[in-house]
Amino acid sequence: MYEELLNKQVRELKPSGIRKFFDLANTKEGVISLGVGEPDFATPWNICEAAIYSIKSKKTHYTANAGLLSLRKEICKYLKRRFALEYDPNKNVLVSVGGSEAIDLSLRAIIEKGDEVILLQPCYVAYEPAVILAGGTPKFIELKSENEFKLTKEELLAAITPKTKAIILNFPSNPTGGVMTKQDYEPLIPILKEHNIIVISDEIYAELSYEERHCSPANFDEIKDLVILISGFSKAFAMTGWRLGYLCANETFLREILKIHQYIIMCAPTAAQYGAIEGLKNSQKYVDEMVEQYKLRRNYIVSGFNRIGLPTHLPQGAFYIFPCIKKTGLTSLEFCEKLLEEENVACVPGSAFGEAGEGFIRVSYAYSIDEIKVAIEKIGHFMEQYL
Amino acid sequence: MEESILLSLLEKNARREVRDLADILQESEENILETMTQLEKEKVINGYHTVINWERANVDRVSALIEVSCQPERDYGYDRIASMIYSYSEVETMYLMSGRSEFIVMVEGKTMQEISNFVGSKLAVVEGVTGTSTNFVLKKYKTAGIILSDDQDDEDDRMVVTP
Repeated sequence: MYEELLNKQVRELKPSGIRKFFDLANTKEGVISLGVGEPDFATPWNICEAAIYSIKSKKTHYTANAGLLSLRKEICKYLKRRFALEYDPNKNVLVSVGGSEAIDLSLRAIIEKGDEVILLQPCYVAYEPAVILAGGTPKFIELKSENEFKLTKEELLAAITPKTKAIILNFPSNPTGGVMTKQDYEPLIPILKEHNIIVISDEIYAELSYEERHCSPANFDEIKDLVILISGFSKAFAMTGWRLGYLCANETFLREILKIHQYIIMCAPTAAQYGAIEGLKNSQKYVDEMVEQYKLRRNYIVSGFNRIGLPTHLPQGAFYIFPCIKKTGLTSLEFCEKLLEEENVACVPGSAFGEAGEGFIRVSYAYSIDEIKVAIEKIGHFMEQYL
Repeated sequence: MEESILLSLLEKNARREVRDLADILQESEENILETMTQLEKEKVINGYHTVINWERANVDRVSALIEVSCQPERDYGYDRIASMIYSYSEVETMYLMSGRSEFIVMVEGKTMQEISNFVGSKLAVVEGVTGTSTNFVLKKYKTAGIILSDDQDDEDDRMVVTP
């Protein structure tokens, strides 16, 4: 009877495919997991210490709704230094509870019922429900493995309708590890501008770009004011549990987005904000070290997977590989269930990230080389029956 | 190949298999082996040691960090005196330092008595040495970048599968 008391839209939301698999993996003992979407590194100690010190210094009150001005200033300096992006800390920046809140805020601020939001599948599991909850209609583009999961001009044009309001981009990508370079973006920019499409760009993995410096759609002046840039501290600074992200947008967007944030959240956690200031000021060295480690692990895991007969291209960002499992004749879910059953190794079915992920699995390399080595041996043993 | 990356990988784990190193560095196994041999020849790689927590192995070991002051010699500076000291097998590590004393000498022994004897009868009497100050190690918390403390929690507390 309680069911009926609930909101219909919420009831109809599909539970995340990852959640289902998590429940399954959780029933087993001693699982070797390559299924985690967060860094294995601990937060650099100077960041922890700065947060602890802020608590000791009784800095335990609310901050400004948009976040500490000193943090917003550091965010702007950081974005300029690392990605050549110019934002005004007083007008263009909001500190959020993780990138996730920033995505929700952006969608709620711009979507009217019936507006279409283009999503690139395979994509992060939260985008589709966030669009639906905001009253929008998700419209999918299926990215192609042969294009290295990049978005092409033709695909974009085919997806645009008069109802298109926004597009969510996420490069480097979870789950594919794909990136978009400046050259990749160039043909898309005039189209986005012509149709006045808001670009919600989730750049949480920006630091984890291994071959070229990360390029943001906000680097293109023609559409910069249409871009809502979202990033945070979770991946690059190994701060997932701190729940701290940020959003940069033009002054008008920011002012309205801030209204939602101020009513529902008030402000992001204060101690985490102090930690983040230290992160931006004095931790690039640790970030670079972690990125270097991820890069070496990426090389290692890609060689290993190709050797055991699972074709995997060398992704240029994030900490995931997205191997093709089609030759086994199994669906992604069957593959992952069977692998868990027979070898006690957990990977995530590509189909959890949308239909375009079918035939692939997401494998995280946020693990030590030794852990990856054991997992590859087990998956190699599993694959022997299909060779 | 980026030799410095190969070296840092070996520094962290000297038992890493050649094939793994080749995969990590995107090189052939032959190339890795050749480079390692060359680096050994050039004495860039000076051995493949193991980091052991002797306390956990229940083996009695005592370490001391000894500050050694000395008078440098004309023509030789500190180097000849240093060689008189580091030639003793008891000396584990030795550095020329800026600061209060000229040398820092790390010595290992079975007992404090053994180390005291070594300092008194061998180290302090080296010609040119003007003073020593011996600091015994009471507890090793971290060595070679590895935390040895008992309450170090290495457990991966991440959830098994997350988005």
